[in-house]
Parts: sequence; C-alpha cells; structure tokens
Amino acid sequence: MKRIFLPLCLVASVAFVQSCKMKNTTSAVKGDADSKVYVAPGKYDEYYNFVSGGFNGQVSVYGLPSGRLLKLIPVFAVFPENGYGYSEETKAMLNTTNGQIPWDDQHHLDLSQTNGEQDGRWLFANANNTPRIARIDLKTFKTVEILQIPNSAGNHSSPFITENTEYVVAGTRFSVPLGAEDVPISSFKQNFHSTASFISVDKNSGNMSIAFQIVLPGMNLDLSHGGKGPSHDWFFFSSYNTEQAYTLLEVNASQKDKDYIVAVNWKKAEEYAKAGKGKKVPADYAHNTYDEGKQTATSVIEHDVLLLDPKDCPDMIYMIPCPKSPHGCDIDPSGEYIVGSGKLAALIPVFSFSKIIKAIGSKQFEGDFQGIPIIKYEAALYGEVQKPGLGPLHTEFDDKGNAYTSMFLSSEVVKWSLKDLKVLDRAPTYYSVGHLMIPGGDTRKPSGKYLVAYNKITKDRFLPTGPELAQSAQLYDISGDKMQLLLDYPTIGEPHYAQACLASLIQDKQVKYYDINKNGNEFVTMGEKKANVVRKGNRVDVYMTAIRSHLVPDNIEGVFVGDDIYFHVTNLEQDWDIPHGFAIKNNPNAELLIMPGETVTLKFTPQKQGIYPFYCTDFCSALHQEMSGYLRVSPKGSNTPLKFGTGETADTSAQK
Amino acid sequence: MKQVHLLASIVITSLLIYSCGSGSDSGSQSSSGNAAGDSSMVAPKDKTADQALTDAKGKGKFTEVKLTHPLDKAMLAKGKAVYDVKCSACHKVTGEKLVGPGWKGVTDRRKPEWIMNFVTNTDEMIDKDPAAQAMLEQCMVRMPNQHLSDEEARDVLEFMRDNDGKN
Repeated sequence: MKRIFLPLCLVASVAFVQSCKMKNTTSAVKGDADSKVYVAPGKYDEYYNFVSGGFNGQVSVYGLPSGRLLKLIPVFAVFPENGYGYSEETKAMLNTTNGQIPWDDQHHLDLSQTNGEQDGRWLFANANNTPRIARIDLKTFKTVEILQIPNSAGNHSSPFITENTEYVVAGTRFSVPLGAEDVPISSFKQNFHSTASFISVDKNSGNMSIAFQIVLPGMNLDLSHGGKGPSHDWFFFSSYNTEQAYTLLEVNASQKDKDYIVAVNWKKAEEYAKAGKGKKVPADYAHNTYDEGKQTATSVIEHDVLLLDPKDCPDMIYMIPCPKSPHGCDIDPSGEYIVGSGKLAALIPVFSFSKIIKAIGSKQFEGDFQGIPIIKYEAALYGEVQKPGLGPLHTEFDDKGNAYTSMFLSSEVVKWSLKDLKVLDRAPTYYSVGHLMIPGGDTRKPSGKYLVAYNKITKDRFLPTGPELAQSAQLYDISGDKMQLLLDYPTIGEPHYAQACLASLIQDKQVKYYDINKNGNEFVTMGEKKANVVRKGNRVDVYMTAIRSHLVPDNIEGVFVGDDIYFHVTNLEQDWDIPHGFAIKNNPNAELLIMPGETVTLKFTPQKQGIYPFYCTDFCSALHQEMSGYLRVSPKGSNTPLKFGTGETADTSAQK
Repeated sequence: MKQVHLLASIVITSLLIYSCGSGSDSGSQSSSGNAAGDSSMVAPKDKTADQALTDAKGKGKFTEVKLTHPLDKAMLAKGKAVYDVKCSACHKVTGEKLVGPGWKGVTDRRKPEWIMNFVTNTDEMIDKDPAAQAMLEQCMVRMPNQHLSDEEARDVLEFMRDNDGKN
C-alpha cells in the first residue's frame, strides 16, 4: 500500500507542477464553460453554423454551441461518397468554359437577407480559384446553382450580398487582361484590370445572372461587404497592391503607406447599366443550374457580359485611402461605420459613411487613381482604434455596439467599442486567428451570444495526427463584458469566413423525402413493374428501383465490354432518412446515394468481361447485406441475349 | 494469487449468469435449467390471441372505416396505381411472402381500420401494435413508411378488398 501510494503522489505532483507551467487553455477555460456547450443527447443546437471549406471546396455545417459536425455539403468539389459531380444528374454543376473543374478553393459564405436580416433561404459560396459563385438551397442543403465569372481571377471578395439579396458580388484578387489577350506580364499597368461583378438574384427563384461588371484599375480586390440602412446603395471593397506589382508582391505590393477601400454606388451603377452606358462585350462563362423538379443539372454557356467603365459613369466609384494593405472590409449593423483592417497596420481605421457622402459633396479629394477620385483620408475617417494588436484581419459586430477584430499576428480577438473606439477586452486564440464569426455579425441584427474564431495554426491543440492537422476553431461566450472561451474543436478543410443563423430559421423547412409522384427525372422508374433495361446501339439504360432491401432488376445479362451503361436508380422509399446507396465493382466513376423518392444515374463503361456485383452502400435495413445483384459483362461481339429480372431462378444445371 | 483467481471466477460466473438471465425479460424469474427450451421469439399457439389480433383496429386516427358495397371502381383504380409505385416492391397480390406478406386474404386477417392505421401511422404501429410487431419478427424488415395520404390508404384498401374477391 505504502509503495503504491508513493509513486501516485509523485505522479500527481508532477502533473500539478506541469499544468502550472504550461500556458494552455486549461488555464484559460473558466467556470461553467462545459455546461454552456453541452447539448444533451436528443437535444438540438441553437444555431446552424455554415463554414467555408477552403481548399476542400466544400461547405461544412456545424451545430452551435456544441461544435458538432452535422453535414458536409459538396459545392465546388466532387464528392464520390454521394456521387456529386459524378452522377449524370450533377456532372454539369462543375462545368466551366475549361471543362469540368472538380475542385476549388472555397473562402466565403453569405446567407441571404431581407431588409438586412437573415431570411434562411439560400447560402452563397465563392470559388476563389476558378471564379465561380454557388447558391445552396437551405431546404435541401444541396448546391442548386453555380455561375462562372468571366474577366476575373482569384474571386476572393465574394460572395457578399446587398441587404435584400438584390445582388451578390464577385471581385478580382488577381488582376488579368479582359478577354484572352496575349500580353507581356510587364504590361500590368496598361493591360491588367480588376473587375467588380454585380450578380442579380431573382427574388423568388434565387437564380443568378451577371447584371454588370465594373472595370477597375489593375490591383487586388480583397474583401467586401454591402452597405446597410443609410449606406444601402453602396458596396465597399478593400484593395491591396495598388502599387500594381506583378512580381514579388510580398515586398513590391507593400510599398505604399495606404491602399484603398473602393466605394461603389451600385444603385448608380444599376442606373447607368439601364441607361445604356455600359458596353456589351463577348465573354464566355458557364451557368449551371440544378432543376429540383427534374432532379437534373444543366450547364449553359453564356456569351456576353455588360461592362461599365467608371470613366463613362461619373459619381459611381470613389477610393478611400486605407492604411497598409487592408484585408477585412466590414460594415457595422447601423450601416454608418466601415472598418478597414490593414494587415500590416498598427491601428484600425473606422470610416464614417455620412462623412464620406459629405466629402463627396464638397469634393474633398486628393487626386485620383487612374481616373477614380480619391477622397481625403481625414475627410472620410471617423477615427482609429489605437494599438488594437498586431495584424488585424476581420471584424464582426454584436448587438451592443461593439466590434470584434481578429488579430492574426498577436493571436487574439480584440473587442472594442464603436462609440469611442476604445479597446474593451482581449481573448487569446490558439493560434493565429483568421476569420471570426458572430451569428448575424455582418447583418443589421447580430446576436450577442457567441463568437467563433477560425484559427490558421493548430499545433498542440488536439491529439497529434502526423504532419497534417485539422484546423482549430474556438467558441467564445460574448454575452458578458469579458469574452469567455468555451470550446475548442477541429474543423474540416480550411475554414475562412462562416455564417450562422438561429436553427429555428431553417430547421422546419427541411425536405425530408421527395414525393415519388412528383419525381420529374427523365429516367425515373415509377414502381418495380416499370423496371427495365433498354439497349440503343452501345448505350444501355437500366431503369432500376431500390427499396428495402432489394434492387430491381438485380440480375442483368447481355451487356458487353465497352457498352455505356447508365444505371438510373430510383429510390422508391417515401420515408425520411432512408437513402439507398449504389455501387458497382471496379467502376472508376463513383458511388451514389439516392435520397427517398429521388432518381440518380451512375454511368459505367466496363473495360473487361466478367461478373460485376453491385449493391447498396448505405446500411438501410436488417437485410441490407442482401441488397445486391449481378451484372454479367460479356466479350464484345458475343451474342449473350439481353436478360434481366429479380427473383427469377432457373434450373441451370445444364447451363455452362 | 489464489484470491485473484477466486475473484476472476466470481466475475466470470456472474457475467454468465447475467447473460443467461437477460435473454428474456419475462423469463428472468424462471429457473435457468429451463432456458434452452423456452424461446420468447416464438409466440405460443393460442387461438384466442390470434383472434384478438384479427379484431384489433390498431393505433392511429382511423377508428371507423365505412366500407362501400359494391366496391368503388374509381378508388380501386387509384389504389392499384398506388400499389404499383409504393407497395408492389415488397408485397405480392398472391399469398406468397416477398419482403412483406402477400396480400391475399389480408382483409380477412385484419380489420379495415387496422390496415389504414398501419399504412398511415407505420412507425407507431410497428413500435406498439402487437400484430405489427409479430409481423416484424417474421419479416425482419420494418415496413417502410411510404407516406400514403389518407385518401391513398383508403384507395389501397379498396384494391385489397377487390384482390380478396370482396364486393
């Protein structure tokens, strides 16, 4: 007993000593943090949290405050587990003028709004690499539209919206020549442009269409946000590299003391576009839409776009000097304050919308940037937050007149007052915070309850998993004077911006299954009686049904090497959460998940003869393991007759 | 060493006892020697119990279904269409069991109310109704809730009645 007790004491004291020395969150988490994030079994989270996936090209959905992952929505990346981007119905979603691009770099999200408040209808997502904007339907959590953006590269300052979702914007991070001109890179100043695209969103259907593109000087548009209330008609983009460097930007784009916030009066732009001040130019881009009735996506290549040149459109654009390569460009809930965050600045400038309007009226300009008037810094400035921390990136707002800015270099969230620009509180993050998010924090009606910090560096936060680690997120309670760290959790991909809304806004609108009688898929099989296999040349259409726990037909013969076989699988179930999977041995394509009442098509072109089992990949019932069948692929030119069925057995003792 | 050995035996023994005893809730009081011959999975043949299942109306909103004589031709046709899309994958119109039981004679085995409750209130019926639970033990697949409307359920009932030669 004594002997055991002694080592125990040693262990305990060593642990104690170590915990005192280490600076980790164990010391940072205080009080009742655990009870604030505990969502009991069977209970729901208070918020849906939509998080960009960065390099995974997807959007993930978490519950808050628990931090539980609820879903991964494939958007710009193929998703073999459910067939997105592989099935005949969804292939077209990823079509571009450069063919199918099955991946992207997804940075920012914005939830649709009405009167500056979240309305729970759609979620917009940007693709940074191959400029695209996607719209996700929040009734099905499916990507239903993807629009390519021509005359752009690095679609970073996107997909932010105006207060009534009139427009969603795209902006060019990497200036490029318009069209496909072959020019020397060194002709950047003359030939390269950035563009700010305004994409109209249909009030009812949500369908997007490029209304106009504003042609801007060559520079890097970084982030943006729409005005609110009094600034409703305006959109604000941050910019860097107004030095117009095209090599070693790290040094050459950090020369000037100030870059600009680009203030765009989109209402004016809209008028100019209507008045015929724009120029229609040829520009090819893909517009992909998923028809929920037909359960099928189509891709249309559009051929022109309307360009607005600021030279022809006076009083449409102004430049506001902003210190040191601004990144975040965030508007407070009242619409009066515009917060620019200079990545390399030791302060945060806050601009006043009413002062900007006054300065424009009294022409308080200090020259122009390639023809665009530059408003005097002091004339636009409301004030500066002094010594906020190092490396300010992004700002969100609460419902009490406070702003929260992420500090990348000093790894902290800094809370400050919009009223007097005084720093009120600091909370460390682990580590190197990028974006942060308050539910509704970029709308007129923010919630003042939680803040999530999305960190770029994880290091020792979780059990190590080799050289590559999950990105860490941290949840803070911001309801009191001091921010309280509640929870640390790993995320998927690389989260950049995120959105969150009250669960009650969308949870009751969820589609639970598709009414089989309204299934408009061209290849639906309405009941097993209609199951069929039809050959036309070397195309074979298999009209297949799935229900617990069999497929019809489950024996198919008379197809040959090199045939294009289309398996149109209709899930006959009419119950929530009973998808069926479909997979074929050696199919290089993908597998499918077919939701109840839905039809999805998987193409298979067998390269070798043989017997190919196929089966359901989503455990659906006690007899799921039995839910399978065989496809016989005969050599090309053989005369195996077409034969298919389910449940028919033959006396085959004589058969070879 | 001896003590440890003893303890282990006790643990193992009690585990054994526990697993024997938990085989059936109602049988836990009976002597373990009898366990092998007493399987709770097989219901005792009891004619009054069978009759009770046949007379049951099930759980759901249908307490009184008015039958039409002669059969309603329009309902019958609609019922057939519903059957083709939502039911035929698992139920034959003969007595042969496919995934679920064949439909021949179903209107004799079950009350019209039971049928309509089962079709429209599937999950609660499977969880609570003795006849539905007995069927689950035989078929080993929960009948999918195919979300038939009340009207569709009634149409299907007419189709079943026709299939059973009722008029």
